[in-house]
Amino acid sequence: MNEQKRIEIEADRILRLFSNSGGQIVQPAVLQRADTLLDLYGEDIRARAYVTSDPFNGEMMLRPDFTVPIVKAHMTGVTGNETARYAYCGKVFRRQEKNSERASEYLQVGYEIFDRKDVIKSDTDVFCIIKKALGDLPLRVATGDIGILMTAVSSLKTTSSRQKALLRHLWRPQRFLAILEKFTNEASLSTERFDGFQAENSFANQAKEIGLRSKSEIIERIQNLLQDSKEAPISTTELEVINSLLNIGDKCPQALIKLKDLLSDMPALGTAIEKFEKRLSALDNANVDLSSIDFEVSYGRTSMEYYDGFVFGFYSENHINLPPIATGGRYDALTKHIGKGREIPAVGGVVRPDLIIQSKGYEDND
Amino acid sequence: MIKLGVPSKGRLMEETFSWFAGRGVHLKRTDSKREYAGYVKGLQGIELTLLSAGEIPTALNVGRINFGVTGSDLVCEKLPNWDQNLEIVKSLGFGFADLVLSVPRFWIDVDTLDDFDSAAAAFREKHGFRLRIATKYHYLVREFLKSAGVADYQLVDSQGATEGTVKNETAEAIADITSTGETLKANHLKILTDGLIHKSEATLFKSKSAFFGKEQANAESKFLAHILSD
Repeated sequence: MNEQKRIEIEADRILRLFSNSGGQIVQPAVLQRADTLLDLYGEDIRARAYVTSDPFNGEMMLRPDFTVPIVKAHMTGVTGNETARYAYCGKVFRRQEKNSERASEYLQVGYEIFDRKDVIKSDTDVFCIIKKALGDLPLRVATGDIGILMTAVSSLKTTSSRQKALLRHLWRPQRFLAILEKFTNEASLSTERFDGFQAENSFANQAKEIGLRSKSEIIERIQNLLQDSKEAPISTTELEVINSLLNIGDKCPQALIKLKDLLSDMPALGTAIEKFEKRLSALDNANVDLSSIDFEVSYGRTSMEYYDGFVFGFYSENHINLPPIATGGRYDALTKHIGKGREIPAVGGVVRPDLIIQSKGYEDND
Repeated sequence: MIKLGVPSKGRLMEETFSWFAGRGVHLKRTDSKREYAGYVKGLQGIELTLLSAGEIPTALNVGRINFGVTGSDLVCEKLPNWDQNLEIVKSLGFGFADLVLSVPRFWIDVDTLDDFDSAAAAFREKHGFRLRIATKYHYLVREFLKSAGVADYQLVDSQGATEGTVKNETAEAIADITSTGETLKANHLKILTDGLIHKSEATLFKSKSAFFGKEQANAESKFLAHILSD
């Protein structure tokens, strides 16, 4: 049997499993409006998605994933109930600018849960259904929870503008650390360059005012900076908690112990850690072997921008250079963003049948 | 025959011609100034092709020409993995230009990328869209801003007169090539202190994907002996 046929049969089997697990089958269009995706990801999406144009709808993209169109359909009420489970199977398209070895189109089979009632149960359900789809393939499992980092940032004893700046760069690790260090350091918070700033006079010798960004916006930003510089820097204790959080990389049970060690320095982490612990026991009850699962607070931080809670990835043990065979996570904020005010907690995951076949093929050849 | 592609007009063409002439390879255009055709005097086995500087990277990449002269900025912009099919033979010492990120000079609160990023966030909040950067170097600018962790911007395409886009309110900032900075200054713009995206120079590239037989190899070694003599 040729490889393409094997992939299709595998995809079919998984879609049937997802549909039997309560997923209503949906089929989003291949062509998606670019504005939604650009608004969500910014200019970076152009490096990852194929852009084309439609004479009536303007710029369009070949769908780079299913989650965004499914959330969009769900939040605009096309699909009906507030609580829902969806299953789907189809191709996604990813531009590969640098790595031509990686596939630029491949099948994804996915499962998504929109449910307000019991988020821990939904997390566990998605994880276990995806795990079941992968059968007895030898896998390494990685998990994370960026919600813990968000809680930590939101509880820093500092100005809301600094918290906002940090949250905005949560998904850009380098910049995040750079601003965190800036906010911790008295010298770099200094606004010496604006010494003697007076709203009108300071522009006197400057060039002509051009463009949409106005003088008043500049004055406002300088005044905000001057105001902010009067506040004390973020304490080194708090900086260390954030650094320790980012450095946790362990099996789940050990990670839980390390997280709890940070509670005395940052009690506000309590509820986030409690949620993590509850999720672990729910997974344990579902017969998941926690001692074999990796946990990193910021796992998937650079590649999965819309995730804001529990995240996971399954990797082939046979073929360690393959991209993850399955990935998923919680994206509550995405539903709020796309729902324009309406929101519902949601979690989902996707499997790549082509990588299952590749991973098995490796096994067969061994 | 091996094919040498050089820019078909302007200063880049003139400087390329005189660089080769200084090494005994005389590139000539046909007598009609309007015809984009030429030939090589003083060396056997080389055919001259006049091309737009912007098309030389692709011509090299697919192997339509064996050698080509163009700005390194154009190669890096058009061919993200340029070193797969191209190699540098020599940097030619002219055509220097910097690709830089510039903002209006009256933005007295913005000197660095860090300022730029935070001003972009405030701009988006106020105006409801991302701060626009006009450029024709989409790939290089996007990669640069990505590695610097700058968010909340968008690129708008500008194939010429880019320095005027801010005044025309079709962009808030620009990323363009500059050699002396005079045009930026005249258009009330300044370069961010850490806004250098790429340093460009006219460069002779060799295509690794072009057909190469014994005859071509002979022509190549004579060609290289001439131009690499200094």
